Amino acid sequence: MIRFSPAAIIGIVALLLLPFAVRFFFAASEKYYLHLLIQILLWSFIYTGWSLMGRFGLTSLGHGAFTGIGAYTTVLLWNFAGLTPWLGIPVGVVLSVIVALLVGYPCFRLRITGHYFALMTLALTEFVRLCIVGLRDYTGGSLGTQPRRYGDGVSLYAMQFEPDRVLSYYVALALWAFGIWMWLKVDRSMDRYALDAANQDEDAAASVGIDVTREKLKITGLSAAMCALGGAIYGQYQMYIGPDTIAGLGVSLNIVFAVIAGGLWVPLGPTVGAVFTQLLSETLRVGMQGSATLRDWLGSAALALDTAVYGLLLVLFIIYMPKGILGTLMEWRGRRKRIADTAAVARTG
Amino acid sequence: MDCHLDIFFLEAVLNGLLLAGLLALLALGLNLVFGVIDVVWICYAELVMVGMYGIHYAHKGGAPFLLAALLGILLVALAGALLHVLVIRPVLDSAPINQLLVTGGVLFFLQAAATMAFGIEFRNIGIRLGSVNLMDMSFAWSRLLTFAVALGGMLALWLFLTRTYMGTAIRAIAQDRQIMPLMGVDQRKVYLVTSAIGGGLAGLAAALMVLQYDIYPQIGLQFGPLIFMICVLGGLGNMIGGFVAAFIIAQFIAVGGSCFATEWGYAIAFLFFMVAIFIRPQGLFAAKS
Amino acid sequence: MLALANIDAGYGGFQALFGVSMSVNAGEAVAVLGANGAGKTTLLRVISGLLPAMRGEMTMEGVSLRVIAPHRILETGIAHVPESRRLFPRLSVEANLKMGAFVPAARKRFAERLDYVYGLFPRLKERRHQLAGTMSGGEQQMCAIGRALMSGPKLVLLDEPSMGLAPVVVAQVFELVRRIRSEGYTVLIVEQNVAQVLKVADRAYLLEVGRIKASGSAAELLASDEVRRAYMGI
Repeated sequence: MIRFSPAAIIGIVALLLLPFAVRFFFAASEKYYLHLLIQILLWSFIYTGWSLMGRFGLTSLGHGAFTGIGAYTTVLLWNFAGLTPWLGIPVGVVLSVIVALLVGYPCFRLRITGHYFALMTLALTEFVRLCIVGLRDYTGGSLGTQPRRYGDGVSLYAMQFEPDRVLSYYVALALWAFGIWMWLKVDRSMDRYALDAANQDEDAAASVGIDVTREKLKITGLSAAMCALGGAIYGQYQMYIGPDTIAGLGVSLNIVFAVIAGGLWVPLGPTVGAVFTQLLSETLRVGMQGSATLRDWLGSAALALDTAVYGLLLVLFIIYMPKGILGTLMEWRGRRKRIADTAAVARTG
Repeated sequence: MDCHLDIFFLEAVLNGLLLAGLLALLALGLNLVFGVIDVVWICYAELVMVGMYGIHYAHKGGAPFLLAALLGILLVALAGALLHVLVIRPVLDSAPINQLLVTGGVLFFLQAAATMAFGIEFRNIGIRLGSVNLMDMSFAWSRLLTFAVALGGMLALWLFLTRTYMGTAIRAIAQDRQIMPLMGVDQRKVYLVTSAIGGGLAGLAAALMVLQYDIYPQIGLQFGPLIFMICVLGGLGNMIGGFVAAFIIAQFIAVGGSCFATEWGYAIAFLFFMVAIFIRPQGLFAAKS
Repeated sequence: MLALANIDAGYGGFQALFGVSMSVNAGEAVAVLGANGAGKTTLLRVISGLLPAMRGEMTMEGVSLRVIAPHRILETGIAHVPESRRLFPRLSVEANLKMGAFVPAARKRFAERLDYVYGLFPRLKERRHQLAGTMSGGEQQMCAIGRALMSGPKLVLLDEPSMGLAPVVVAQVFELVRRIRSEGYTVLIVEQNVAQVLKVADRAYLLEVGRIKASGSAAELLASDEVRRAYMGI
């Protein structure tokens, strides 16, 4: 059982009330702000899913494949077989897990780690993207596709909640909370110690009786399942899926980078990463629209400015702040607290 | 599916061979850098893209193609050296995965910067070399030229690595990093030279690619994963392995592409790669240790 | 020629050398004796710049070594044959020797030095196209010494040249040491094989847990009870 600290309870209540605050303060552009929040929450969930295995040194560039499989399976089953997403999503998640285990098992048995693991999983991402593009009769190829609308408004059966932004917010919030809960559960499990040990020294871990392959497969399966679920819900919310928006190398890299920017080893790190990256691109985009000079200078290409800044920041993050925003902040706080504690001890002593 | 052992099949096989030359050249630079510095440049294909734009605009600005190509090679060699000094050097002691990811940031940056500077349009340098017909088969001169120059480039690198002091040091450093100072070798300088050569090879590839392909900011995503796959298949850092792997992968792409659709050729190649790695995890041609 | 004064050195929080002072005069063969972990290898690594000293002064013919970048130490005339040889296993013997002549001054005299080394060790000439890693231990030691001589050094640092070799080969290796000695090189050799090394050395220092415990001529140390008891089991 997870016990909530007072700060956490305030945070949860604040998140639950957030849509009303938005309605109250930004009534005119309520939809836009809610959209922003939903995006952050959905991506946070996906990032958190990745960080479950990323924190143990399993740097996968293959999670763009899992989000893609989740989203496309759900939408294709709905569009072509009329299968409700309530069943389609589990199918997509199971499919993702199967793919993850198929690729993961040999990787872990053969101890493919580091560069090789990253490039191996990159190949998986690319393979899935190429399959999506290749099956263009069903998937719409590189242009992407849409889930068939079921009626005009919200539909429980078709899991289409996008017309109601407040509802969508709570769906995204529930998903996000589930992700954090999962992270904490893993963090407090025995598996976490096993995986930490395996990350540091695989031979030593194996010698004390840890089944390293099994442990890694468990966390990989879980991580892939969460990303597939996140991808599927993202597709349902956006009502559009494309190989570049929900699958492919770009998505894989975005996932990894956002987590690193936020902080890989802290529960809210991926969330901070999502807030940071989404706000960065939105601020730049809005700033661009507001500035005629910049618009004239860059023209339509201004769309890429956020990515350029993003890329540059990532380089700086990895060089100067490898623990990420939240990780570094917590370290600072820890250090200041230690200094204060020592001072207090010195005073009393 | 229409796949018969006819003249068109042979044409596909031969075109695959020509493609292999280019892929082998692309893999060579990445392997060289990895072999010496132990860092994967995820943004390698983006360096090629920078070179392609450089050559394109130099040519449009009035430089004859050969001069433009030379400028492009120098530009990317400089970019490689800068990449090393600004990005790689600060993370040389970090976890390997951070070294890989930091160049991913560069990938985003270069792609976005190219979009801002040159727009998203497809550009073509507009040099048509025609094609040569042999029986019912047709081969573009640009591809034949690419193949020949790629082989020439590889030969030049081989001579450099075996005949010069710096080349010998580049081969030696991968085998024993710590004792290089005892040989009077400045490791920083070897890394810098290697990065510039790695960049230069990307520039050479760019000079050949502008003759065959349209230039657009995302072109790196089309070639990048392929290059990594070839390098891993051949054994990261193993230049000869990369060469052979390029020929295998190119056949999957060319023949698969001609039998089904282009993407399926690529998809089959990636599938083959994953299966092959499970059979030989250190690459097909890794020395048995 | 080489002088060390109060050198402290170590790895991270672990200090391996404490106030080591010693000297090597031109033309001498000096041995440093000591048990495993006494700091012998660390001492050579400090001299050749692989490990920066924490405190103290080090000079080679009056030039301070502590301000020189590691890869420039070779230019002062100090060549280091590292522990367990450390050849480039997948380079040919000749390419290994070429690496020994990497510094610009040596490059100019490469052909001459190569002839010289091949003359000294004809075995290397026979094997010059073979990959260094495929040779026997004794031949590898020959190649490692040859590589060090390629730069035309004044002082050769030898780190446990007999380590890991069969007894018959050990005798050959000390023969090699004697030969380069007679070629006029100054030698600083680190060894556990005390009986053998004191036969080739003029003087020796005894290193114990990072401190110099004793020093003297080879004959004196050979006769001292301390050395005989601790290192020769007599």
